Amino acid sequence: MQNPWIYIGLFLVIGIVVPVAPLIIAAVIAPKKPNPIKQSTYECGMETVGDSWVQFKAQYYVFALAFLIFDVETVFLFPWALSLNILPFFVVVEGIIFILILLAGLVYLWRKGMLEWV
Amino acid sequence: MSFWNFWTDPIGVADAWLRGLFAGWGMPEFWVSLLVSLIGIVVLVVFALVLDIMLVWVERKVVARFQGRLGPNRVGPFGLFQPFPDIVKLIIKEDITPAGADKVVFNMAPVISAMSVIILWAIFPLAARVYGTDLNVGVLYLIAAGAFGTLSVIMAGWSSNNKYALLGAFRSVATMISFEIPLVVTLLIPVVITGSMSLKAISEAQINSVPFFLVAPLAFLIFLISAIAELGRSPFDLNEGESEIVSGFHIEYSGMKFGWFYAGELLHSYTVGGLMGILFFGGWGWFGLEKVLPWLDTPFFGAISVLGKALIGYWIIMWIKYTVPRIRIDHMLAFNWKFLTPLSFALLMVMAVVHSLLKEQALWIYVPAMFLSNILVGWVTLEILRNNARQQRDAVKTPEPVAQH
Repeated sequence: MQNPWIYIGLFLVIGIVVPVAPLIIAAVIAPKKPNPIKQSTYECGMETVGDSWVQFKAQYYVFALAFLIFDVETVFLFPWALSLNILPFFVVVEGIIFILILLAGLVYLWRKGMLEWV
Repeated sequence: MSFWNFWTDPIGVADAWLRGLFAGWGMPEFWVSLLVSLIGIVVLVVFALVLDIMLVWVERKVVARFQGRLGPNRVGPFGLFQPFPDIVKLIIKEDITPAGADKVVFNMAPVISAMSVIILWAIFPLAARVYGTDLNVGVLYLIAAGAFGTLSVIMAGWSSNNKYALLGAFRSVATMISFEIPLVVTLLIPVVITGSMSLKAISEAQINSVPFFLVAPLAFLIFLISAIAELGRSPFDLNEGESEIVSGFHIEYSGMKFGWFYAGELLHSYTVGGLMGILFFGGWGWFGLEKVLPWLDTPFFGAISVLGKALIGYWIIMWIKYTVPRIRIDHMLAFNWKFLTPLSFALLMVMAVVHSLLKEQALWIYVPAMFLSNILVGWVTLEILRNNARQQRDAVKTPEPVAQH
């Protein structure tokens, strides 16, 4: 295959078809006897009080934001890591300065107490 | 095409035969390669799923041994056929969708969970010429496929209309995204050493020099820890908790939909074991043994090497899962953000400097220098931790006088 992305596209299609196939078989041959008790939320346990889609800890947002910053950073680091073999040593220093600037963000979060789970 | 040729390179022989067959039917070149690729993909996916079925048996047998039980031993020799009736049972189970659930998302989540694992096999190099495809951005593809797993967890938790599921999904996603950073940074280290993101090139670089666990042992250790957290396995299995959120994000799933979450987790563990083998233990090489015994350098034994390394990696993951007690969420997030993330970035910087200073040197200078720089980074980290702990102990040793009111 000349273009690997055609292969990846085919793989994605097969990767979706294969998990769906047993679900379709199950939908055809499995018994279907629904009733309100069986379909209630968490059938065998206590009844849910109030809405299920509740508010949750704001801390999760902080970690998600920190993750986003570092994940975007690593995307920038991949081309840098690839080209270390062909580019001069100065590029390594530049990359390190880039990492240090972003680590300063982590230190800031740390000093602000945002990494504590309260 | 001799008999020996078929047994050492079955995929290559089958590939050549199919191409000849389709070309003989007068198909255009593009359609021949498309059709051969399609057949190859189906064979690869079916192989992965058969492996997955056997992993159910391996997992149950191993956990039984760890806990001093016998495990499945009734169906077939050593209970080997136990997973097959299990699958039949999962398929004929009634599938219950809770009343308030978001049906579309609820049904999509297990499919995406299984898909995120299956598509990893597209770039899995089993031998020098046996691989799905050789993406030049293979490492990035791994990260992208992993993101689908995180997505399926939040989809399952949110759509179930269940508080336990929602809380379990939040915890799970917090673990996964936090530990993705050290994971990605340690994935960068083989890229730095090789100068390529293709898994095949990374394997070849190790076969031609030395396996990367000798070059970057600390990177391998960080990769192992963060991969276990990414899998959501114990000691990082906060998505499950019998006494608080029951079984976490997949609590409302039944039948085959639950089965896909379970099977996906097992196959994911095995695949991560295989990635450890490919990224740090020389892929399809036999640690230099293939230079002495040339028959080991065939696609058949290459595949055995990769799958065996994957099994060993999977066994290590199971070993940790069944012996280490789980840790609390605040400890886990502090461990990641205050220890693993700074450590992995420090390691990346040190490795980049040492690599670019010594890349022209001979192997016997380069490898010990890289190894020692890893040990040095690890030692400095431990020393900082020890110092920190000592300060905390000293602070407790001299208690402040009780305030006078």
